[in-house]
Amino acid sequence: MINLANNLLFAAEGGTEVSFPVLTSLIVIPFLGAIGVALVPKGRVEVHRLVALMASVVTGAMSVWVLLNFDRNDGGFQFRNPDPNVWIESLGIRWDLAVDGISLFLVVLTGFLFPLAIVGVKPEHSPKNYYAWIILLEAGVMGVFMTLDLFFFFVFFEVVLVPMYFLIGSWGHGNRIYAATKFFIFTMFGSALMLVGILAIVFLHEDATGIVTFDVVALAEGQNWGDTVGRWVFLSFVLAFSVKVPVFPVHTWLPDAHTEAPTAGSVILAGVMLKLGTYGFFRYGLYLFPEAATWFAPVLMILGTIGILYGAAAATMQKDLKRLVAYSSVAHLGFIVLGTFAITTESLTGSVSQMVNHGLSTGALFFLVGWMYERTKTRQISELGGIQKSAPLFAGFFTLVMLSSVGLPGLNGFVGEFLILLGAFVANPWIASVAATGVIFAAVYLLWAYQRVFHGKPRGEHTDMEELRPSELMVLMPMVVLIVFLGVYPKPMLERIEPSIEVLVAHIDENVDDWTEPTADVLIAEDSHDDEEGEEGGEGEE
Amino acid sequence: MLTPTYYLVLSALVFSIGAFGVLVRRNPLIMFMCVELMLNAVNLTFIGLAWGLNDIGGQVSVFFVMVVAAAEVVVGLAIVVAIMRRRDGATADDLSVLRG
Amino acid sequence: MINFVYLIPLFPLLGCVTLMLVGKKMGEPSAGYFATAASGLSFIATVVTFFGLRALDVEERQVTKTLFEWVPAGNFSANAGFLVDPLSVAMLLFITGIGTLIHLYSVGYMHGDENFSKFFLYLNMFIFAMSILVLGDNLLLTFLGWEGVGACSYFLVSFWFSEEKNAMAGKKAFITNRVGDWGFMVATFLAFASIGSIDYLTINGTAAQLSTPVLAAMVLLLFVGVMGKSAQFPLYLWLPDAMAGPTPVSALIHAATMVTSGVYLLTRVNGLVYEALLHAQWVTNIIAWVGVGTAFFAATIAIAQTDIKKVLAYSTVSQLGYMVLAVGSGVFVAAIFHMITHAFFKALLFLGSGSVIHGMDNDQDMRRYGGLRKLLPITSATFIIGWLAIAGVPPFAGFWSKDEILLSAWELGGINGKLLWFFGLITALMTGFYMSRQVFLTFYGDYRFGDPDKDEVDQAWDGYIAHAEAEKDEAITAREAAATKLEEANVAVESRNVAFAKAQMEVTQTTSEDDLAKAQKALDTASGALEKAEAGVVSAQDELTAASALVDVKDQAVSSVKSEAARRVEPEPGEQRTAGAASDFLPDAVAKRAEHHPHESGWQMATPLVILAFLSIVGGVIQLPFTSEVHFLENWLEPALTFEHKFASSAGTKVALAVVAIIAGAVGIMAAVSVYLRNQGDPAKIEKQILFDGWGYDRAVTAFMGGPGAKMFDAITWLDANIVDGMVNGTGSLVRGTGSTVRRFQNGLVRSYAMSITLGSIGLLVWFVVRIAA
Repeated sequence: MINLANNLLFAAEGGTEVSFPVLTSLIVIPFLGAIGVALVPKGRVEVHRLVALMASVVTGAMSVWVLLNFDRNDGGFQFRNPDPNVWIESLGIRWDLAVDGISLFLVVLTGFLFPLAIVGVKPEHSPKNYYAWIILLEAGVMGVFMTLDLFFFFVFFEVVLVPMYFLIGSWGHGNRIYAATKFFIFTMFGSALMLVGILAIVFLHEDATGIVTFDVVALAEGQNWGDTVGRWVFLSFVLAFSVKVPVFPVHTWLPDAHTEAPTAGSVILAGVMLKLGTYGFFRYGLYLFPEAATWFAPVLMILGTIGILYGAAAATMQKDLKRLVAYSSVAHLGFIVLGTFAITTESLTGSVSQMVNHGLSTGALFFLVGWMYERTKTRQISELGGIQKSAPLFAGFFTLVMLSSVGLPGLNGFVGEFLILLGAFVANPWIASVAATGVIFAAVYLLWAYQRVFHGKPRGEHTDMEELRPSELMVLMPMVVLIVFLGVYPKPMLERIEPSIEVLVAHIDENVDDWTEPTADVLIAEDSHDDEEGEEGGEGEE
Repeated sequence: MLTPTYYLVLSALVFSIGAFGVLVRRNPLIMFMCVELMLNAVNLTFIGLAWGLNDIGGQVSVFFVMVVAAAEVVVGLAIVVAIMRRRDGATADDLSVLRG
Repeated sequence: MINFVYLIPLFPLLGCVTLMLVGKKMGEPSAGYFATAASGLSFIATVVTFFGLRALDVEERQVTKTLFEWVPAGNFSANAGFLVDPLSVAMLLFITGIGTLIHLYSVGYMHGDENFSKFFLYLNMFIFAMSILVLGDNLLLTFLGWEGVGACSYFLVSFWFSEEKNAMAGKKAFITNRVGDWGFMVATFLAFASIGSIDYLTINGTAAQLSTPVLAAMVLLLFVGVMGKSAQFPLYLWLPDAMAGPTPVSALIHAATMVTSGVYLLTRVNGLVYEALLHAQWVTNIIAWVGVGTAFFAATIAIAQTDIKKVLAYSTVSQLGYMVLAVGSGVFVAAIFHMITHAFFKALLFLGSGSVIHGMDNDQDMRRYGGLRKLLPITSATFIIGWLAIAGVPPFAGFWSKDEILLSAWELGGINGKLLWFFGLITALMTGFYMSRQVFLTFYGDYRFGDPDKDEVDQAWDGYIAHAEAEKDEAITAREAAATKLEEANVAVESRNVAFAKAQMEVTQTTSEDDLAKAQKALDTASGALEKAEAGVVSAQDELTAASALVDVKDQAVSSVKSEAARRVEPEPGEQRTAGAASDFLPDAVAKRAEHHPHESGWQMATPLVILAFLSIVGGVIQLPFTSEVHFLENWLEPALTFEHKFASSAGTKVALAVVAIIAGAVGIMAAVSVYLRNQGDPAKIEKQILFDGWGYDRAVTAFMGGPGAKMFDAITWLDANIVDGMVNGTGSLVRGTGSTVRRFQNGLVRSYAMSITLGSIGLLVWFVVRIAA
């Protein structure tokens, strides 16, 4: 144990020369924060808040440090301890953390959203438990994104349910117990089979190599299971992730959970937790089961497309504003699923960036809707109206965030959606063309809702809604800045994602005999691509 | 010639008595004693076979059983006494609060 | 000097950001002048760029200026790069130029609006987005501008968002455009998937190598986008509604610039369209027919509109149809030429209409105008110039460009080309008619702003009839009262009679002297009372007669009023609809209008009118059909077009076609003169209700969306809540049901548990024994 602690705290991690275990601390700091909150006596509300905030801010700062020190030319795992700490030797379970282009931005997004969620909304009661749970949640989420060990992945994947269950169940609105239970049972049900799948592939790997390991890299490189087993196990993983994403038809927990969750819960749920599923598709779907993933890809592309249209159609007719935003998440995540299983470099890059973009824009939307609920005590669209008159700034921010969600070029939402559809078009033009109609529906439901809530004559009891407060502005500003920045200049993000995507695609190509990346039958691609590379090389030399 | 068979037959008899007692009696204390009978019947089997096979392992197992039995008696009796104190002359059939 | 191109979007962007931050503090009118300056600087930068480009050799006049790599992923790459070529610069010249004028105009128009600075923020944002649209060197960057101008249009149409109607119109514009954007996006994907690049230069350069189906699909998909943005059938619906925005917005966005961007896009990919013309002519035929069809269709609707801006809106749709026709005929120069002249005269007309609306207390109903020529001299003079330009009267700008489009349709050859030309010609005739109608209704005839219109007259007559009927009712009530009174009097006479008889009896029967005297006295009294009562009966009789007579009079009055009303409401031919005797019952609004005095607008509004009027007169100079030296526009645009188009028709044909076109325009104008100026003929016969409703298309679409469309979405929502989620909840209750069944085994009786254990053990034992035995 002492040895383990020693290693955890002081061993070097990462390809870059870091003597400090930065990734480990991304999990440990929020975890300690949770313990810290728990140790502070009840009643000292401000101290609880401060401890949680400090922990999350430090975590956020460190995630930014990771981002800054990330080598954008390297598509492999970075910050990984070359000799990971063994936890249970006989089972090959190791404390093995790393980030690559796929997980990097999710880690940063997590580090970014949690402080905002803590600043943005105060709980209505029992602040101590609230802050403890929320900061514990951050530790769990970070763990999922960074671990390369299937065992720890499963543990973290399940652990995040508990804080969220309590956040929804204790601080939610209305029908919160039903929503929390539904959320919990759904996700548990989804991941139950995954554990069997994990054990199956670990044992099959052991049969072939004699080594017991939960190391996802070793397992993925080995591919020591037949196609049939691979497909079944893949399905068990897909079920777990599909529930989490959520993919049609296992999405029905989401509207309930989102609607009843407290504002911060909705923000984190939409911003980060849904991405556990889509990230799972990447790391434990495409990477771990390339053969099965390519085999099932058409089905999942169609399910993603159904999600896009179905979520949009359901969102249009919602009477509850928060529920509407929740259904819009179903549609947006449908895009990510579509892009993931189109399996082209463009669509995969788009999917990863869409995860981040959706986190920002839908997170911001949930903040705004939550604040609106705080002021008016209603989320019913029919009870609101003409708010732009009394709160123009509020309306202005809402408009911007809404347009990002609609996918207006120049704002972040567009880049991901566009790349996904572009890549998907190369893989399957028909599906992509149908999915592209989703951009029409996004405009329909959001603009219609906006018209009813913000335009028209002030209606009902809420004729003069309070304008944005400075503290709220402080939360919103960073998000809005990123929304605009990532829309205008997404290159810094895309160029860090892409090398890892290329590695992933090469990995799939290598391990699936009758599969090559779908490419267009193009007239001039070769020439132009060479030119680009030449230019890039030139830049690199400078 | 003394063979393990005798022990086994005796143990089977004792076990059956115990099992029968558990099934037909309603007094918790008597049921307890019957359970003890069953446990000791098993002990007897262990001892008998250990002797017959000349293997110390059987005797070791008996110690485990006795420890468990002792622990069980401590906890079980405590519960039974506690229940008896609360209500008079409760039979096992009266105690069904754990009904699903 | 080409590098000045960066400044073109930069100035409006800076203006927009500044106004966003400190616009409120700047206030009125500084914010407006500031935005005007930003737009003006952008115009100057464009002019400098223009001269910079002119200084280059003709072959080198396509310069790509890359800012940074915007969206790189895999094999895909899109730059934030500007394609500076004659086409984009020509577009920018009129966009920033007219944009600046409209900024200035808006300073006057938006005077007193509470969101004054916000309006200019949006205008600057629009100029920025529009310049990005035009300058983008690839489909994606153009798409950014494309959606950007769409968003600005959304903001500006619903600028006065408190009115539900305006908010609705803004939303409708954005969503309808999104339908078109779908086509644009998929076309972009297809370009990447088939060419490997979405740069315009590459697309145009490789268009010839594309297979025909791909080529056709790409052009058609782009055309779907064009239908949305350039308001072609069937996606034109949003443009008439977009008139809900402030008038400068209608002029800038919904007439001069944004709506033409679809035509610009097709011109930008002219290599593609030209290939389609060569190898898949059915595609360009679709474009041409949609164009001419829209032009014709919208013109028929414009004839019956009563809202001054609606006429112009449908006219814009119609004129855009002409441009699309030109593109479909493969004559891009004609399309751009018409786009420029149209920008001049349509912006002029819209601004003029804004000036009228401003002067007429925000009333937009043309039927109430009339005779404004003397009251709004500058507005009317400039408006009339715009009218002559759009009606195709030589030598005004519109004549030259429209003529060129008709010629290009004619030259497509065959019955197809002739038919296209013919419909174009009929549309020109109708254009002459409806524009003249507008001018005559607005500026000629009598000043009738104080006059009641149809509804108000109806209202007045209804009021008058109601009044007469009320009087009649009053008379009837009076008659009834009189009748009652008569009855009462009769009863009184009866009772007096009885009393009198009684008194008489008393007199005859009495013997005593005293009593006799007494009885005699009583008899006298009774006789007096009787006489009085009889007199009462007579007077009541008279009263009743009088009341009855009054009822008759009132009854007659009612029927006469009714017949008069009927005659007025459905007047004989040549008879004017007036309130006449019912004038007293007109709504208050009429009186309020009657007191209104139209006023000419301030210099901020007048200056742009004058400048645009000048341009509408001489705009045709940029492309005169006489010799190739005076094809200034064509010569200028040549480097941007992948091929050169030369009209093949002989000079004689050209002149003949031009003469026919002039005659068509003249016929339209003359028809309007006879109907609206000389009142020979009934306007109602021309302004059919079905035309006013736009052939019911809008209503049908709305009904579909609100009916079956919404029902389908509702069904999905229901499905989600009940079937999909129902399955989940069903699983839950299944588990709970099973649990409650199974829990009965857990009865809490220790001995029954022991029994189960025993039975189980015996069962196992038996199984083992059987297994071993077997």
